[in-house]
Amino acid sequence: MEEVDVEPAVTNIPAASSGTHLGFAWGPGDILVYETLYKASGKCRYQRIHTLLPSVRDPATSMRTKNPTCMEELQQVAVSTKVAEVAMQYGNQVSILLAIELIWNLCEVLFIDAAPAGSLLLHLLDWVRLHKADVDEKAREVLQSESPAEHRDYWDVVVSYVLQGRLEEARQMLVKQATLQPAARKMYKQMDTLLSKMPFYNPGGTQTLTEFDVKWRHWHEEVDRCLQDNSFASNKHLELICKILVGDEDTLLEHKDLLSTWYHFLVTRLLFCHPTVKPTELHYYAQSCLTMFLDSRSVPEPLDSILLAAFEFDIHQVIKDCSIALNNWWFVAHLTDLLDHCKLLQSHNLHFGSNLREFLLLEYASGLFTHHSLWQLAVDYFDHCPEFGRVYLELQIERVPLDTERKALKVLRICEQRQMSEQVRSICKIMAMRALRNNRLGSALSWSIRAKDAAFATLISERFLQDYCARGTFSDLDLIDNLGPAMLLSDRLTFLGKYREFHKLYGEKRFREASKLLLSLMTAKIAPRSFWMTLLTDALPLLEQKEVIFSADQTHELMFCLEELMSSLNTTTAGTDRPMQDEDIEVTKVELLRLALARNLAMAIVKEGTVEA
Amino acid sequence: MESINAKYVSQKISKSRWRPVSHSSLQQADIFATGSWDNEDNKISFWSIGSHGSSGVEDGFEGDPQLLCEHKHDGDVLDLQFLDQDRIVTASSTGAVTIFRHHQNSQTISVSQQWARAHRYPSDNAPCTGVVCSSPEIVTVGEDGRIIVFRADQEGVIRVIDNADSSTIHAVTYLRTTEILTVNSIGQLKLWDLRQQSNSPSQILSLSGDRVPLHCVDRHPNQQHIVATGGQDGMLCVWDVRQGSTPFSLMEAHSAEMWEVHFHPTNPDHLFTCSEDGSLLHWETSSQSDIPSFLQGGRNSSMTSRSAMAPAGGNQSLINAWLSGDSSKGRLETTHMLPSQTLSVNSLDVLGQCLVCGTDGEAIFVNRQVPV
Repeated sequence: MEEVDVEPAVTNIPAASSGTHLGFAWGPGDILVYETLYKASGKCRYQRIHTLLPSVRDPATSMRTKNPTCMEELQQVAVSTKVAEVAMQYGNQVSILLAIELIWNLCEVLFIDAAPAGSLLLHLLDWVRLHKADVDEKAREVLQSESPAEHRDYWDVVVSYVLQGRLEEARQMLVKQATLQPAARKMYKQMDTLLSKMPFYNPGGTQTLTEFDVKWRHWHEEVDRCLQDNSFASNKHLELICKILVGDEDTLLEHKDLLSTWYHFLVTRLLFCHPTVKPTELHYYAQSCLTMFLDSRSVPEPLDSILLAAFEFDIHQVIKDCSIALNNWWFVAHLTDLLDHCKLLQSHNLHFGSNLREFLLLEYASGLFTHHSLWQLAVDYFDHCPEFGRVYLELQIERVPLDTERKALKVLRICEQRQMSEQVRSICKIMAMRALRNNRLGSALSWSIRAKDAAFATLISERFLQDYCARGTFSDLDLIDNLGPAMLLSDRLTFLGKYREFHKLYGEKRFREASKLLLSLMTAKIAPRSFWMTLLTDALPLLEQKEVIFSADQTHELMFCLEELMSSLNTTTAGTDRPMQDEDIEVTKVELLRLALARNLAMAIVKEGTVEA
Repeated sequence: MESINAKYVSQKISKSRWRPVSHSSLQQADIFATGSWDNEDNKISFWSIGSHGSSGVEDGFEGDPQLLCEHKHDGDVLDLQFLDQDRIVTASSTGAVTIFRHHQNSQTISVSQQWARAHRYPSDNAPCTGVVCSSPEIVTVGEDGRIIVFRADQEGVIRVIDNADSSTIHAVTYLRTTEILTVNSIGQLKLWDLRQQSNSPSQILSLSGDRVPLHCVDRHPNQQHIVATGGQDGMLCVWDVRQGSTPFSLMEAHSAEMWEVHFHPTNPDHLFTCSEDGSLLHWETSSQSDIPSFLQGGRNSSMTSRSAMAPAGGNQSLINAWLSGDSSKGRLETTHMLPSQTLSVNSLDVLGQCLVCGTDGEAIFVNRQVPV
């Protein structure tokens, strides 16, 4: 048959709107499509679960306590929302969360609590009861009705209680029926006795497992005898309960709707047939229950295979299946981490370096980093990956988009706390460049101070000086006047500060100090050579004052500076083409300076030589 | 500590503010507003801690904040203030200043007024970092170093001080009805007199040491010359703006940036600070002399011993107390208000006995029995 090249048919997936993340898993002949957890509404859980890692002591319970709140919120939203599609979306999310909790709790029971035979069943009973809350709802409904014993769901509730091993509650319910049928009182009494005598293993007690087993077998025989004697033959409901108590598989299977899941079936069957089941035997029963429960038409879902793998105590298979079924790393990363902390995972050394736990955590955290607001959480995860966490963090933290200064400050704080000085410098440089581009020189300086970036500080000072040369005044005086110790960050910055100080002194007419400062700027080589001409020009008015300000020595030094400047200029500019006007101005300036210096020198010598009368 | 309620809200909270209660009624604070940041879609929300218990929350804790309504907000909410009982003003990272109105009957929010690009660079948006209001006047500051004065219900801006600062202005507060105080990222506290037409501050104060950026500022409710600031290094500084240009006292408060500092509005012997390091501190003075100890000058390292002395009435004139020079008798008590270390606490507000704060851990904490 030839293959026809056609466009594949487009299948619209209901309840999935644009922008949501879908995951899928191939099954034989089917494809499971579901919403993944990479959505804002499920985000609350990330926050709370992330505190799991530091508190390893009892992370499982913290997960259990924190998850319900989020689940409730989701359920509330699912119920309250009016739009059907949105309701379905949230409903899907809720079911995924429920599935996750189911798996998590089972892992706790099997791997972490690692209960031995006897208590194993008790834990499994707890597990099933935790995840089958509709019984309580129905029971409440029945009890709140006028005549509970005549409610149509009454027997369903009683049977459900028995299936879950909640015999006390079953007995209480039966009492109500018994009062309605005084004629059958003897029968009800018998049933009540049977139910009350069912032995439950007490792990803390003195009874050994063998003793318990013997006791249980006696009870089981008694129930069987009742059945054979047809003691409950007249009442089909009580007969049914008796059959359940004896562990009749067919009866159990008839109540698939009440059991609703194969694992409930499994636990019930174990309760009434093999209460002393050992952990190693679990998977035989699990497999057979699964096969029995599902009819030939329905196929196991991914959840089922995960649970089965758990019953087989195959941790790696569980992790693998979860990774495939759930489209993000959240659950798997946490589960693996938990198991790793309990030393249950043999560290596979993966080719990409570290062990499985770290790999999964790194994957998860990297995913978090790409989220616009969960990057702060990811930092914590990276902290807990001893081998590669820091490297990953260093690479990722620079990619966080910095829209506001406040965000940049938070990122910087994270880097500084971990001594990532390279990243600090690079982030500060980005912010400083941005500030410079927007002409916020103060901000730019503040960023370079934080990064202790002398080179950048020099750049900023150059900008200031250029501005000054161009306009004749300083911009941003509030900054320059108040540099403080930051001045020492770079030479150019120091010069800027001191130069401004000179201007201030001049403005206050403190000429002597001003002149001293000016001289020191040149002689101490703080001023860049390019600026010397400007400084000398600034000295001109001081030289021209009536009063002698520069002493003879100082004047000599000034002259020396001028000559030095001239000689360097001559050597550098020899041969360069400069416009005639510039040269003229320069020449004039120099001549004026020479004249002023000479005159000052003369006056200074005279003044110093004069003896005060 | 048991009276703290935590509520997880799936959004990082950048600001939280109590709705003002009228002084005549002895009402407790019951409604607060929050703003979020760093989300794709940020929002402002109004919450109630209903003492009217009508919301029928059987399972939830009493005092668990209930969401009343919320509204989309363009950009991060960098600051939020109540203009009056129904309106809030927000400062956005897009440079916009917006007034939202909360309609109590229908529990909806609508945009009442907006100045879209109030703060800007020539070619880009500049985040508006702080807003303060004294109805109907609104003053905002931003990363562009501008101070802008608006009037609610008037279209344009009333006054702009361009290039008021060469660095980012982080926060602003009123000193008097016509004077404002700004703090910037080179560690300066600037006083501006809005009656003057000049574009330069009337006073500049700064720390004499390193130019550590200052992030928050608050004024003592009764003594208008006393101002507290917090900065990048987590130091709490108390200044007297009449005297000198350096702070009066410095205290090591936090190990990271201090985001907000608040004097308690009716009981100013109490001060609250919150920080990037995830802690919220309650500072309480109990000094023998009448002035709070953090006004007694000098450098205190963090917590000191508890004092059995009750705080005094505090009406004595500060000048006298300062001149009397008895600065060694003060005791400062500091307590952590949050049960455990969280991610950064970005904002706090306190009114009466109620305190609300928001964190980067997507949680809001409400404490209804603050010991003041």
